[in-house]
Amino acid sequence: MAEVPSSPLPIEQRRPLSPHVQIYRWSGTMAVSILHRATGVALYLGTVLLVAYLLAASGGGVAFAQVSRFFGSIVGQIILFGYTFALMLHLFGGLRHAVWETGKGFEAGTRDALAWGSLIGAVVCTALAWAVAYLL
Amino acid sequence: MSKPSSLQTPRARVKHLGSTRSGTQTLWTIRLTSFALLSRADLASARALLGAPLPAIILILFVLASVWHMAEGMRSVIQDYIRSQHLRELVLMANLCFASGVGLVCAYALLRLSFVQ
Repeated sequence: MAEVPSSPLPIEQRRPLSPHVQIYRWSGTMAVSILHRATGVALYLGTVLLVAYLLAASGGGVAFAQVSRFFGSIVGQIILFGYTFALMLHLFGGLRHAVWETGKGFEAGTRDALAWGSLIGAVVCTALAWAVAYLL
Repeated sequence: MSKPSSLQTPRARVKHLGSTRSGTQTLWTIRLTSFALLSRADLASARALLGAPLPAIILILFVLASVWHMAEGMRSVIQDYIRSQHLRELVLMANLCFASGVGLVCAYALLRLSFVQ
């Protein structure tokens, strides 16, 4: 980790530094917040899946067969499932932030309800999306 | 402790760091594009669907909103975690290259699906 910058000021005049993440007791809001950023980065990298799929579809024939085979394989399905879940978590995390931006939902109870709600919503929507994909 | 005349740290004041007055702009960009993403279309596997006008237009909109959103989001992640200025600027450039590359290639593929049989 990066070291704390040294300060010429005497200790009592230094600005308070925020403790590192390991210091805090874990909470639901914190977990969902970290997951929001982590899923954002994962979704960012995962756009190569969309690129591969669209390029293959536009290229047609052999390329499309190869990409379809990969997405249809067990590994491909697990990756796609993870991608769906990450997308849903990020989506509900974004909705949580949208609620906060109206200035509401910061109370202790509401905060936790929003965290759990976004987690449950993501699980339910992922399950729904895959049920629809498999049943239709 | 002397009474602070501003919320900036002395170090930040010397280095002219502080509000750039552009934070809200970024926030709105991320927010608006994320709302745009809510109306995303389902990716059907059929080429016929991808080549039909309405899905193609919606998908191009989705792709453009996505890459804009993810470039802005990744920018804030990079600015948070990379302390070395030179490395940060390099990674910020890489971010723009990746995001615009993804956007352009997806747009190319979608247009090709619409216009090339």
